Amino acid sequence: MPEAAPPIATVKLMKKLMADHFLGLDQAAKAGSPKVAWCTSVGPAELLHAMGFDVYFPENHGAMLGATRMASNTIPTANAAGYSPDICSYLTADVGAFLQGVTPLTKAYGIETVPKPDVLVFNTNQCRDVQDWFEWYGRHYKVPVIGVRTQRGVGEVEESMVADVASQIEATVPTLEAVSGNKFDIDRLRETVDLSKQCTVMWKKVLEYGAKTPAQLTFFDHTIIMAPAVVLRGKPEAISFYETLLAELIQRDEQGLAAVPGESFRLYWDGMPVWGRLRMLGDLMNSLHTAIVASTYCNSWIFDAFDAADPFSSMARAYLELFIVRDEAFKEQYILDHVNLYGADGIVFHDAKTCPNNSNNRYAMPQRFLEMHGIPTLVINGDLNDLRCFSDEQAKTNLEAFVEQIEELAA
Amino acid sequence: MVFGGVDIGASATKATLIDKPGNLLGWGVLRSGVDFAASAAKGLELALAEAGVKRQEVARIFACGYGRGNAAFADDTRTEIACHAAGAYHYFPEALTIVDIGGQDNKIIKLNPEGARSSFKMNRKCAAGTGAFLEEMALRLDLPLQSLDGLAAGATEEATLGAYCTVFTATEVLAKIREGVSVESLVKGLFRSVVKRVTEMDTFEGLVVLTGGVAAHNPFLAQMLAKEMDRPVKVPPHPQLTGAIGAALLAQRDWRKLKDA
Repeated sequence: MPEAAPPIATVKLMKKLMADHFLGLDQAAKAGSPKVAWCTSVGPAELLHAMGFDVYFPENHGAMLGATRMASNTIPTANAAGYSPDICSYLTADVGAFLQGVTPLTKAYGIETVPKPDVLVFNTNQCRDVQDWFEWYGRHYKVPVIGVRTQRGVGEVEESMVADVASQIEATVPTLEAVSGNKFDIDRLRETVDLSKQCTVMWKKVLEYGAKTPAQLTFFDHTIIMAPAVVLRGKPEAISFYETLLAELIQRDEQGLAAVPGESFRLYWDGMPVWGRLRMLGDLMNSLHTAIVASTYCNSWIFDAFDAADPFSSMARAYLELFIVRDEAFKEQYILDHVNLYGADGIVFHDAKTCPNNSNNRYAMPQRFLEMHGIPTLVINGDLNDLRCFSDEQAKTNLEAFVEQIEELAA
Repeated sequence: MVFGGVDIGASATKATLIDKPGNLLGWGVLRSGVDFAASAAKGLELALAEAGVKRQEVARIFACGYGRGNAAFADDTRTEIACHAAGAYHYFPEALTIVDIGGQDNKIIKLNPEGARSSFKMNRKCAAGTGAFLEEMALRLDLPLQSLDGLAAGATEEATLGAYCTVFTATEVLAKIREGVSVESLVKGLFRSVVKRVTEMDTFEGLVVLTGGVAAHNPFLAQMLAKEMDRPVKVPPHPQLTGAIGAALLAQRDWRKLKDA
């Protein structure tokens, strides 16, 4: 049996990058300068950077709470405060952690608390929960909550939608100017949009190493090395990181290294990661000689539309072209294209209890993939953060049986 | 040549021994309890005694079920899904939809005419519609578990129980008791609840085969399932042993492969 590939060395650089990012935010919040903006994962981060804010992403903090399994202790506190166990468990984990006065940033970086926001800026392209989430902090800190309300179930991205979202982004500028004390500068915005574009192009190239046979990276690697694309997009550090990573991946490719030793099968993952069980699931897939080569989730930080020549409209288009905003037909075709591109033998749909917008099994898509495209599918029940909704044993049996099924069909 | 299969389920452990043509030579069934390794060993011991076979005569043994990793004597493991499929196809070699109602979970497994799985589904974590549901309800009604089938079969009426959740169903049952609904009617309503939880899990194609411990102890449930689906439902000779028989069949298949290699 081939040995496991050595760890990716560039990940060490990422740890420093992330430490600098969070320590910088902590310093800014304490000093009151630069001002701190909280932003949803696909909110107008480019504009916030251009306006001179340090940008903090609560969804990233939610994922950290999940990955450290702190969420299991913090979610019930938010539930008790009136936030239902059925709504986004990023929200409940994060609000619960705040109410308890805890954060994974303490253990990771020695930071006492999340950085106090001066403004909160949302985009409902992810879901409505982000708005409610930000409004909770807005009430607590008595700071402005502004944002963009995006169309949902979008088929073709039409010019009228782009114009609407672009005008909503532009409408945030006066508040951002007032809070930051900086005058809006279109050239600065062009620069950050250009930086985001460069970052996204490189992130796409990184993901495509999953398409190699055997795959050089898996979904479990992607969920780690995506951090700079998530929290540092629009900044030059993210580009330098992916340049270094790509150089290492080229070398690893030349050495013929495989992410999963003895790779026999390849799967596509749709839906949210189960943050608190990534290690267990990764080990399980390794033992089954199966690589999860691509995912809708990690592909969601590819924004082809960014264009420095037309910053507001291209930001609007990029945010609207996002998978989660689109209609069922688009999503189905998107997944099919990626299954084919990455040579996946089947699709695992994660039905996340608290994330209906990112659980694409709920309108019979798995059945359609099987019946119309002959692609085997599996649905596992779980959640992104709330491990009360996840059964290790059921997930293991389901995944093991799915690989057995694919093996049988291949034979 | 003898082959073994042991299915260490959430409620019961089942061990079987088969000969080369696949005939059942002996079996053992006991509660899984809290020591899966001991239950598996005891199950095998019971099967060996009944078959009159010595341990060294067993060429290969596979384990399945929640405790499959605890049977140290097993040569390999497979999921209970693979084993129920192999066991059911052994008795009904055609395109099948297998309904396995176990102690802790339900499975719907679809096989093509060659016996390969085309899809499968397990119930969610919720125990609605499983053996655990009936056990809980028997406890609430203060009835021996083995009396349920006779009571349901003898019912002239059927109580309507609409809740999905086991706890909510128990509340509904309490309300029906207060209204003076007969025990027979209540038990038939509980069986209907199991049937509905199963039939809403998936569509059904080919021959429908019912396996698992609940089918073994409640033959009337198979009749209700057939009526609900308006199609015949077959039950293999030893429905509770289907997974363990399948494990033994897969052990035999593996032994052949190793021998040929």
